[in-house]
Amino acid sequence: MLFKLSFENMKKSFKDYAIYFLTLVLGVAIFYMFNSLDSQQAMLTVSDSTREMIKLMIDMLGMISVFVAIVLGLLIVYANSFLINRRKKEFGIYMTLGMGKWQISKIILLETILVGILSLLVGIVIGIFASQFMSILVSKLFQADMSEFTFVFSKDACMKTCVYFAIMYVAVALFNTITVSRYKLINLLTALRKNEKVKIKNPFLCVVVFILASFVLGYAYWKVTGGIQTMNTADKILHVIIMGIVSTIFIFWSLSGFILNVIKSMKKVYLKGTNMFVLRQINNKINTMVISMSVICLMLFMTISILSSSLSLRNTMQKDLEDMTPVDLNLYKTANLPEKMVNRYGKEIIYTKEQREDSKITIQETLKNCEFDSSVLKDIVEIPIYTSENLTLETFFGDSVEEVKAKFSMLAYDTVEQIVKVSDYNKIASLYGNTQYDLKDDEYLVVCDFKSMEEIRNQILKKGNHTLSIAGKQYQSKEKECQNGFIVMSTSHINTGIILVPDSCPLKEEEKQMTFLAANYQATTNEQRDNIQAMFARKDSSFLQKLASQGIIIEDMTKITIIESSVGVATIVTFIAIYLGIIFLLASSAILALKQLTESSDNQQRYSILRKIGCDEKMINKALFRQIGIFFAMPLILAIIHSIFGIQFVLSMITGLASCEDLLPSIVVTVIVIGVIYGAYFLATYMGSKTIIKEDS
Amino acid sequence: MGKVLEVKNIEKYYGSKTNLSKAIDNISFEVDKGEFVGIMGASGSGKTTLLNCISTIDKVTAGHIVINGQDITRLKANHLNQFRREELGFIFQDFNLLDTLTAYENIALALTIQKINPKEIDKRVTNIAEKLGIQEILKKYPYQVSGGQKQRIASARAIITNPKLVLADEPTGALDSKSARQLLENFEILNEKMMATILMVTHDAFTASYANRIIFIRDGKIFNELVKGNDTRKQFFEKIIEVQTLLGGDLNDVI
Repeated sequence: MLFKLSFENMKKSFKDYAIYFLTLVLGVAIFYMFNSLDSQQAMLTVSDSTREMIKLMIDMLGMISVFVAIVLGLLIVYANSFLINRRKKEFGIYMTLGMGKWQISKIILLETILVGILSLLVGIVIGIFASQFMSILVSKLFQADMSEFTFVFSKDACMKTCVYFAIMYVAVALFNTITVSRYKLINLLTALRKNEKVKIKNPFLCVVVFILASFVLGYAYWKVTGGIQTMNTADKILHVIIMGIVSTIFIFWSLSGFILNVIKSMKKVYLKGTNMFVLRQINNKINTMVISMSVICLMLFMTISILSSSLSLRNTMQKDLEDMTPVDLNLYKTANLPEKMVNRYGKEIIYTKEQREDSKITIQETLKNCEFDSSVLKDIVEIPIYTSENLTLETFFGDSVEEVKAKFSMLAYDTVEQIVKVSDYNKIASLYGNTQYDLKDDEYLVVCDFKSMEEIRNQILKKGNHTLSIAGKQYQSKEKECQNGFIVMSTSHINTGIILVPDSCPLKEEEKQMTFLAANYQATTNEQRDNIQAMFARKDSSFLQKLASQGIIIEDMTKITIIESSVGVATIVTFIAIYLGIIFLLASSAILALKQLTESSDNQQRYSILRKIGCDEKMINKALFRQIGIFFAMPLILAIIHSIFGIQFVLSMITGLASCEDLLPSIVVTVIVIGVIYGAYFLATYMGSKTIIKEDS
Repeated sequence: MGKVLEVKNIEKYYGSKTNLSKAIDNISFEVDKGEFVGIMGASGSGKTTLLNCISTIDKVTAGHIVINGQDITRLKANHLNQFRREELGFIFQDFNLLDTLTAYENIALALTIQKINPKEIDKRVTNIAEKLGIQEILKKYPYQVSGGQKQRIASARAIITNPKLVLADEPTGALDSKSARQLLENFEILNEKMMATILMVTHDAFTASYANRIIFIRDGKIFNELVKGNDTRKQFFEKIIEVQTLLGGDLNDVI
C-alpha cells in the first residue's frame, strides 16, 4: 500500500521531479564517465611517460570526485528539502487519516529509493555510452592510437558511483526523516493558507548597501588586476576572495531593492504593462534567497573561470611548444665542481675526484670518454655559461633594490645571474632560429622571456644608463628593456634572465658554471628517432648506465619528453576543469530551476489574478518569461563580471601565458557550454512553469 | 437609459450525456446603465455560474449575452481578454490582490495592462483612492491592511478603468459586519456618484439590500425579482428575507 502511494506520488509530482531527476541522472553519468578513465582503451596504446601522466590524472580525478560527491550531495539534500516542503498539505492529509510520522517517513524513504535506483540505473547507462565518446577524446588529447574500437565498461567506476550515490541518498533519507518528525499537524494543514509576509527592506538602506558593496567589489577587482603586484602572499589573496564573497552576498541582498527603487522613479517604465508585476515578483523572490543566489553566482563564476582559463592554458601551452622546442636535445653539465658543497637543504655533498675531473671538460669530451657514438647527433653546439659571485639579482638592481624588494618580496635575491658571451649565445640562437645580437665592448644585454620577471627587470632598465660590473669591468645596458630569447628548452617561457656580454669580457675559466649542448638527432624515420631518444630518456640505456657508474650527472631535456609532459599537464588540467566546471554548472542551474518550479503554486495564484483582471495569455507568458529570464540572468551576469577579472588574475598568476586573442577560442567554448546547459535548464523551467500556470484556467 | 447587459435565454450544461446537469436553465434579464443589481440564491443555485458566463470566464451552452451592444458569446478568445480588460471590472470574495504589490500598484496594474499613459495613471489612482477613502494605505502591502481595506482596494482596481459593468462576486463574503457595511456604502458611492453599473452576486440578505433590484435564482432558473423602488433599505431588507424564506422552503410549499 505504502509502495503504491509512493509510486503514485512520484508519478503525480513528476513535474517537480522531472528536473530533479534529470539533474541526478546527469550527475551520475558525469561521475561515472570521469571515474571510468582508467579502463579506457587509450591507456593501452600510449607511451610509458604518457601512461604515468594518465595515472596521475586518474588519481587527481579520484580526489576531485570526493569533492564533486560532496557538491552533488549538498545539491540533492537541498533540492529534496524544498520538494518535500511543497508537499506539507499532502502529509497533513495522511496524518488526519491516522498515519503516523514514521509511516510518512517510510513513504518518503520509498520515494527516495525509487528515484535513487531509477536515476542510478539511467545515469550509469548514459554514462557508459557517453564514456565511449570520452575515450575518443582521451585518445585524441593524449595522441594515442585508436584504430581499433572496443566497447569499454568500468566495473570499478560503476561500483564507485553506486556507493557514492547510495551514501548521498541515505543522507537525504535521514534528512527527510528529521524534517518530517518536526512537522506539526496544524502547520501542515494550514501550510497552503500561509500569509507570506513580503519582506520589505528600507529602500534607502538598499541603495546605500548596494553602492557600498559595489565599491568593495570594485576595490577587489582592482586588487586582482591593476594592483596585482601587491598580491604576493596567500593571505592577501584570501582577503580579496573574502571581500568578493561578502560583497556578492550584499549585492544580492540589496540588488532587487536598488533596481526596484531606480525603476520606480522612472514612472514611464514602471507603469508600463506588467513591468511592475515582474519587478515585484523578482524582488520578492530574490529577497528570500540571497544566500542561494550568491552561491549560484559564485559557482557560475568558478565554472566560467575554470573552463576558460584552463582551456586557454592548454592552447597557449600547445602553441608555446612549437617555439620552445627548436631542437631535439639539450644537455647540460655543471662545471667546476668543488670538493664539497652544502646544498640548499643544508646537506653536505662530497664530490669524487672523477666527478671533479669530468666537470672541467666539455660534454662532447665526456660523451667520447663514455664511448658514446656521436654520429647519432648532428648540428651540435656547445657553449659555456658563466656566473660571477658578485653578480646576483640583488646587485643587478643596484641602488633600486630596496624599492624592488618592497614590491616583490618573494624573489630570491641572492640568485647568481647567468652570463654568456654574445658569440656563444648567437651560435645557439642561430641553431634555434632566434634573434642574434651585437654588442660593443662596453655593452651588455639581458635576454629574458619570463613575462613577470621581464617586467621587473624592465623597471630598472627603462631608467636608462644601467651599468653592471662584470669581471672587474663596467658595462652599460645596450637597450632599455629585456630582449627575447632563451637557451634551455622547457615547456613554457621560463627564462628569468641571461646576461650577454661582449666576447672581450675577461671571464675566468673558474667562473664557468656549466657547459651546455644543443643538438638534433641524426634520424630520418620515427624509429631511428625513438632509438636515439631512448639513449637519453630510458634509465636503463647503456649510455646512462655508464654515466651513472662514474657518478657523472648530465641533465637532459629532449623535445619528445617536453611535448609529452606538456600535453599531459594540459590534458590533466583540461579534464579536471571540464569535470568541475560542468558539475558546478549543473548544480547551480538545477537549484535555480527547482526553486522556480517549486514556487509555481504561489505564481499560479498570482498569474491567475492577472488573468482575471484581463491579461491575455500573451502578456502572461511574456511576464513569466521575463521573470524567469531575469531570475536566471542575474547570477550569471554578476558571475561574468567576476570572471572578467578572475580570469585575468588566474592568467597573470600563471604569468603571462596568454594574451587576449589566446583567450578568445576558450571563451567561445565556455560560452557554448554554459549556453547549452544553463539555457536548457532555463527553457525547461519556463516550459514547466507555463504548464503549471495554465492548469488553473 | 441604455441597456448595459442583456442576457437572452442562456443555458449552461455540465457533465456528459448520461449524467447531465443544468447549472443555468433558460435565464433572461436586462440591466440598465447605472443600475445596482443583486443576484441572490443559495449555494448551488447557479448564481456563480451565471456570473462566470457574464464575465467571459466561462462559456454558455446556448443563448446570448450582450454587453454594451456586443455579443460576448460570439467573441474569440483573444478578443475576450481585451474585452474583459476594457469593459468589465471585477471584485472577488477573496479580494484577489497581488501580495507582492502595494495597494497603489495593485490599482495601477489594471491601467498599466491597458497601456495607459503613466502620468494619467498616477492622477486616476489618487483620484479614486480619495473617493474610497484609501489614500492613507496606498503605500501598504495587502497583508498590512484589514479585510475591508483590501476589498476597497479591489473595488478601486475594478472601477478605475471606467468599466461598462462591474461584477462583484460575494464581495462581503470574507468581511466582518462593520467592514461589510463600509464597503457597501462605498458601492453606493460608486453607483450613485460615479455612475457605475454593478452586478453583485450574494447570498447575504443584508448585502443584497444595498442593491436597487434583486434577481433570485433557484436551481438555475429565475425564481423571483424584487425592485427597491421607493422603499427604505429596511423595508427592502424585510422583503428580501420574505422571498428568501420562500426560496429556502420546499418548492411544493410555494406553489
